[in-house]
Amino acid sequence: MKITVCIGSSCHIKGSRQVVERLQELIGESGVGEKVELGGSFCMGNCQKGVCVAIGEEVYSVTPNDVDEFFEKEVLQRI
Amino acid sequence: MRKFDTKVQHLKYKVLREVARLAWEDALLENLIDIPKKLVPGNEPTMRCCVYKERAILGERVKIAMGGDTDNKNIIEVIEIACDECPVGGYEVTNACRGCLAHRCEDVCKFGAISFDKDHVAHIDKSKCKECGACAKVCPYTAIVGRKRPCQNACKVKAISMNEQKAATVDNDKCIQCGACVYQCPFGAIMDKSFIVNAIDILKKGEKNCKDGKYKVYAIVAPSISSQFSYAKLGQVVTGLNRLGFNDVIEAALGADMVAMSESRELAEKGVLTSSCCPAFVEYVKSAFPNLEGHISHNLSPMAMLAKYVKTITPNAKVIFIGPCTAKKAEAQLESVKPYVDTVLTFEELQALFDSRDIDIATLEEGVLDNASYFGRIFARSGGLTSAVEQAIKEQGIDFEVKPVICDGIEACRMALLKLNKGVLDGNFIEGMACVGGCIGGAGCLTHGEKSKAEVDKYGEEALEKTISATISILK
Repeated sequence: MKITVCIGSSCHIKGSRQVVERLQELIGESGVGEKVELGGSFCMGNCQKGVCVAIGEEVYSVTPNDVDEFFEKEVLQRI
Repeated sequence: MRKFDTKVQHLKYKVLREVARLAWEDALLENLIDIPKKLVPGNEPTMRCCVYKERAILGERVKIAMGGDTDNKNIIEVIEIACDECPVGGYEVTNACRGCLAHRCEDVCKFGAISFDKDHVAHIDKSKCKECGACAKVCPYTAIVGRKRPCQNACKVKAISMNEQKAATVDNDKCIQCGACVYQCPFGAIMDKSFIVNAIDILKKGEKNCKDGKYKVYAIVAPSISSQFSYAKLGQVVTGLNRLGFNDVIEAALGADMVAMSESRELAEKGVLTSSCCPAFVEYVKSAFPNLEGHISHNLSPMAMLAKYVKTITPNAKVIFIGPCTAKKAEAQLESVKPYVDTVLTFEELQALFDSRDIDIATLEEGVLDNASYFGRIFARSGGLTSAVEQAIKEQGIDFEVKPVICDGIEACRMALLKLNKGVLDGNFIEGMACVGGCIGGAGCLTHGEKSKAEVDKYGEEALEKTISATISILK
């Protein structure tokens, strides 16, 4: 599974660094590192939804506060 | 609203704007011949002896705006018919000479070039004068003046001379493409080749401008942009770029953060290093001090480093660098950089590009630009790179004392390189910037001002991220 976090200016200001850091931790903790590939992208064109996180083609709106929830619901469920 | 420092820049801009307008409409080839008449209508000359000469020169400017002479690899080109063949008197004694008794000028001249007539008035023997300027410095009446062509005066690497027709000519082996002569020639007879047509072609076929577009286009903007477009806000410039068809605008300063991190490690490893960010400086070391080439940092420049990253994470992406620099246009053509940077524009050209689409940035809403740290952003001015390297050493806990030699302008670079060559340099890190002030003094800037440095520092302080490591951690 490929997770792409937007690191464009707008999402950066909304906390994409914190989102990336937390996702890295969660991937490590849950031991799914081999199944999940985490990557970055510059502006995904959905600034109002930032921080934009895409799984495949589907874009989710994530904030530094709900990364855990997103990870559990959208990532772990699909593995 | 003041967009440019000089009328020469304005003239160059008008040509670029017209070329760009036609390029957007796919009508350049059929109409380019009409551009000179459009810009100089009527029969009254306003710049030269007659409208025909004015138009002939504009015709040459159109050519350079479209990429220039492909046989001449130098980005910097002379428009011979625009060169006013300024007098080149060298050092001359003016009538302010009082015929004094001290004769300091004679004493200081190491070449015996000064003699006196019966009234004690000094005369300079041109065949003996080496133009060192010592006499002019000591004359208590400042009666001796050096008359040099502005282009030759601007060219500190001495690449400009005059040909048999007395027009300026550039020695391509010595030229470092910094563009100092371009900015200084009062007749606009020296220009930098423009790739604005390539940029428009890339933008036109990109995702945002074309429904069958298959690639994203990214603008990497140099941090010196903070001192430019003073009639609008930086956020408005970002929105303007988005309107032109860029998918995103990214700070080259993020590349500078990346460079600071690896350059600091390289410095600690090698012990002595020069920076590699300024392409004109790198070119200068290679041409004037080839034996010091090994000391140049192996890092790509911030522009190339970031462009490489963009292309790694985004397949098929196109990257256009926008900055203050003419030498970057040459850097982008190097084999080591070509795969990452598709073309380069200057701020002057960006202004023309906005106006070719009638985008008045001052009326736009503000976009956001925040990718880099304070340290990446201050690369734009002299001393910034050094601060960033020192910070990176600190953040990584490397045990190494940086002894920087900050070279502001190519003359200062020369002095430091001479010392390094002789093994007497008091320092271990040369920050080499060809333009005085750093990139904010670049030839492709719209305006050059006293406030530029303060504006860069202010912009640096506004960065969200406070450390280099935090900034680049997101890239892993």
